[in-house]
Amino acid sequence: GRHLKGEPSGCGLLFILNFVSFSSGFCWANSVERKIYIPLNKTAPCVRLLNATHQIGCQSSMSGDTGVIHVVEKEQDLKWVLTDGPHPPYMVLLEGELFTRELMLQLKGSSRISGLAVAISKPSPAQGFSPGLKCPNDGFGVYSNNYGPQYAHCNWTVWNPLGNGLAYEDFNFPIFLLEDANETQVIKQCYQDHNLPQNGSVPEYPLCAMQLFAHMHAVTNTVTCMRRSSLQTAFSLNPEEVCDALSDYNVWSTLKPINTSSKIDPMDEVIIVATRIDSHSFFWNVAPGAESAVASFVTHLAAAEALHKVPDVQKLPRNIMFTFFQGETFDYIGSSRMVYDMQMDKFPIRLDNIHSFLELSQVALRNSSVLWVHTDPVSRRNESIQPQVMKLSLLHRGQSESLCLQSQPLPPSSFQRFLRAKQIPGVVLADHRTSFQNRYYQSMYDTAENILMKYPEGLSPEETLDYVTDTAKSLAEVATVVARALYQLAGGTGNTSAIQADPRMVSRMLYGFLIKTNNSWFQSIIKQDLKGLLGDELPQHYIAVTTLVNTTQLVQYVLANLTGTVVNFTKEECLNPEKTPNPEKEMYVYTWVQGSRDPNSTSRVPFCVQSTVHLTKAASPAFELKQWGSTEYSTWTESRWKDIRARIFLVASKELEIITLVVGIAILILSLLATYFINAKAHVLFSSPGDGGAVAY
Amino acid sequence: MTAAVFIGCSFIAFGPALALCVCTIAAEPLRLLFLIAGGFFWLVSLLLSSLVWFIAVQIGGSNNASVKKNLLIFGVMVSVLLQEVFRFAYYKLLKKANKGLMTISQEETLPISVRQLSYVSGLGFGIMSGVFSLVNILTDSLGPGTVGIYGDSPQYFLSSAFMTLAIVLLHIFWGIVFFDACEKKKWWALALVILSHLLVSGVTFQNPQYEGSLVPSYIIMMLMATWAFFTAGGSLRNLKLCLMCRDKDFLLANQRPR
Repeated sequence: GRHLKGEPSGCGLLFILNFVSFSSGFCWANSVERKIYIPLNKTAPCVRLLNATHQIGCQSSMSGDTGVIHVVEKEQDLKWVLTDGPHPPYMVLLEGELFTRELMLQLKGSSRISGLAVAISKPSPAQGFSPGLKCPNDGFGVYSNNYGPQYAHCNWTVWNPLGNGLAYEDFNFPIFLLEDANETQVIKQCYQDHNLPQNGSVPEYPLCAMQLFAHMHAVTNTVTCMRRSSLQTAFSLNPEEVCDALSDYNVWSTLKPINTSSKIDPMDEVIIVATRIDSHSFFWNVAPGAESAVASFVTHLAAAEALHKVPDVQKLPRNIMFTFFQGETFDYIGSSRMVYDMQMDKFPIRLDNIHSFLELSQVALRNSSVLWVHTDPVSRRNESIQPQVMKLSLLHRGQSESLCLQSQPLPPSSFQRFLRAKQIPGVVLADHRTSFQNRYYQSMYDTAENILMKYPEGLSPEETLDYVTDTAKSLAEVATVVARALYQLAGGTGNTSAIQADPRMVSRMLYGFLIKTNNSWFQSIIKQDLKGLLGDELPQHYIAVTTLVNTTQLVQYVLANLTGTVVNFTKEECLNPEKTPNPEKEMYVYTWVQGSRDPNSTSRVPFCVQSTVHLTKAASPAFELKQWGSTEYSTWTESRWKDIRARIFLVASKELEIITLVVGIAILILSLLATYFINAKAHVLFSSPGDGGAVAY
Repeated sequence: MTAAVFIGCSFIAFGPALALCVCTIAAEPLRLLFLIAGGFFWLVSLLLSSLVWFIAVQIGGSNNASVKKNLLIFGVMVSVLLQEVFRFAYYKLLKKANKGLMTISQEETLPISVRQLSYVSGLGFGIMSGVFSLVNILTDSLGPGTVGIYGDSPQYFLSSAFMTLAIVLLHIFWGIVFFDACEKKKWWALALVILSHLLVSGVTFQNPQYEGSLVPSYIIMMLMATWAFFTAGGSLRNLKLCLMCRDKDFLLANQRPR
C-alpha cells in the first residue's frame, strides 16, 4: 500500500502482528491522533463534592467541554471573553493572581465560558489566597444556638478573613489547575500563534482550542446520590455507584500500652493530644497543607518521641493518647467518629476516662515565638473545668502567653467535637491570637514556602533530608513545650528540663511530608514491598475516598518508629505474634519494617518494631446510621467520574466542515448518476465491432 | 473535526465505490462473492507486506530518521509488489474456479466473463485498500480537533480522502488492464501496471505537499482510466454513440437472430 505521510501504517498493522511478535511497540494514541492533540498531563481537576444539602465543585459535559482559548492576564482581557469575542464559547486560561471570587462570579454567570484553566502562580499571591470558608466547619463545632450563641457562626471572631469560599461554590463548567509552567507556556504559544487578533481584526480559523473532560456522576446532594447508589447496589447486576463517602483512618497511640480488645478501667485517666493530618484546596488531591496540618502533626510526632524517651514514663499516673485525626477539614469526620465510638462503647477508652484535652492547631507561623492558648469560655464557667484549664495554661508560662480573655471562642478544632459530647477541660495551642496567621489556609499555596522552610542551594537529596531549617527548630521548641506540659499533666514529678524534642527529626519529617516522601529515612521505616507509598512528587494530604491514603500510612509508620521499640523477633514471629506465647502480645502491635540500606550493599536489614500504634476507622457516623441528611455529623461525599483529562488542538471553521460535507455528498450523487448511466449503456460502451448484442453483461 | 467532516470524507473516498457496488455488484451474487474474495486477497497481501516491514524494522531498526524513511520506502515497494503478486494469484485462482464452475453447471458459456472478473477483483482490491488507508484517519476526524497544531497542513483529512478515491479507482483500472494482459500474454502491459502502481505509491512521499502527490495521482488515474476503457472494449465510436443517444439505432442495426 501507499502511505499518505511518511509514517508507519498505523495501529491496525501493529495489532495484527502483536500476537505474532510479542513486542507491543507504541500503540497508545495512533499517529493521526498524535498529530491533532497535545495532551496536558500535569493538571489537577476540580471535582464535585456533596454534603447533606448542597453540591460544590465543578462539572463538565459527558463528552468534555471545548472552547477557543483566551489568555486572561489582566482584568481588561476578560471583556473579550464576556462580551466582545466573536467565537464563543471560550476556554479561559487564567493567571493565578486573578483567581479571585469577583472574577469567578463574573465567569459563573456567563454562558460564553465553556471552562477554565488556572495557571498556578509562582510565587504565591502576595495578598494571600484562601478558597476555604471564612468560618471553617461552621455548624459542626460546639458553638450553636444552644451553646454559646454569641460565638456561633464566627460572630465573635472571623477565623479565616481571607477566605473567599470559592471551594464551596458550584460551577457548571470544568476548572483545571495547570501545575507545570512548561505546559502553560505551550498553551500560551498556541494562543499567540493562532488566536491573537491581528491589527484589530478578528482572528481567523483554525483557532487554538482546549477540551476538558471532568464529567461527574453525582448530583444535588449526598441524600440523592447515596440513595441512587444504594438502589444500584441493591437491584443491579453491575452496580454503578455515583458517589463515595470521604473516609479513611485515624491513627492513635498510647504512652502506656493498653489492651484494645477490652475497655480500660473506669478509674484510669487519659490525656488526649490531638492534631489533624489532612487539608484541602480548590482542586482535587492538591492539598499540601503545610501550615494547616503538616507542621502541627510533625510537632505532635516530635513531642511523642520526646515523651517516650523519658525513663520513668511507664510509671506515670495518667496515660497519654496521641491521636491523629483524618478528615477534620470536612466537618470533623475523624473526631466525630471517635467521639461516636466512645459514646457507643466501641472504643477502648470512654469519654469519662478523658482527664483533659490538648490540641495542636496551626503552630508554624509564630510571631516572635509566641504560642497562644485557646480555651472554651462556655465550659470554663463550669466550676470543675475552670481550674484544670488554668493549670493547663499556666504550664506554658515562660514559653508563651496565656489567653486570659474570658470570651474568645475556640478556633475550629477537633476539641470542639469532644466538647459537644461532654464538657472536658482542654486547650488548643495556636500561633494566632484571633484570626489565622495562615494567609493560604486550605489552598494550593500552603506549601513549604508558606512556613518559611528554606534550604541552601546545591544540596543533594540526602543532605537536604538532614539539614535543620529554622522552621524545624521553631517547631521543635513547640514540641518541647508540649512534651513538658504533658509530662506534668500526666502527673510526672521529675525534672522536665531533660525532655527535649529533636530538631533534626523534626526537619526530616518536614522534608518527608512536604517535599519528597521517597527519601532514605521513610524508605527504612516502612513495611517491605510497599510500592506506590513513596513518591517523588510533592506530597498531598487529601482524605480521598480510598482507604488508607499515603499520609495516614506514613504517619502510622513514623509514629511506630519514633515511639516504638526494636524487638529481637524473626520475621515469622513478627508477622504472626499470636503464635508465640507472651501475655503482653495483646497490648502491642508488631510491624516488620524493611530497615535502612547498608552503604556497601544493596540489601536492607529488616527488623521488628513493637509499638502501640493503632488505626481506627474515620468515616462519618452519618453513613453508619444511614442518616445522609444529617446536620449532626459530616455528610461529605465525593462524586465518581470516568475520565478526567485535558488536551489542546486546533479547530476548523464551521464553513470548512460544511463544504467538506457538501463536496462529499456531491461526489456521491455524481458517481451514482455516472454509474447508473454507464451501467445502462454498458452493452454499447464496451462492445467491440465483432460482438454484437450477444455479449453477456 | 466532527461528524460533517467524517461523513464528507467518507463519501468523497468511498462514494464512487459505493455507487459501483450498489449498481453493478449488489444484484449479482456471483460478483459479490468474487468482490469479497478479492478483498480478502488484498488483505493477505497486506499482512505479508506488514510482516516484511516489521521484520525489516526490527533488523535495521534505529532511531535515525533517514534510516526509518529508507525502510519505509522499502516497505512500500515490497507492499506494491506483493499486491500485484496477489492480483496475479487471484487471476490464476479465478481461472481455475471458472473452469470448475463450468463443469458443475453444465453450461456452455462461462457464468462470468474474465472482463467482469477483472472489474470485480479490481473493485474488491480497491475497496479494501481504501478502507485500510482511511479508516484510522476517519475515526480521528470525528473528534473536535483538526490537524495543524504541530504545523501540519489543515487539509489533511480532505487530501487523504481524495487520495483514497484515486487509489480505489486506480485499483479498478489496474485490475482490468492486468487481467487482460494476463489473458493475452501482453507482459509489457503487466510491467506498465506494476510500474504505475509503484509510481503512485512513490509519489505519496511528496506529502505534505499535497499538490505534489494528488495531481500526479489523478493524472495517472485519468490515463489508466482511458487505457482500461479501451481494454474493456470501449472505443471512441461507442462513446460518441452513447453520448448522442444513438445507441438504440446501433442495437437495432446490430441485432441478429439468436
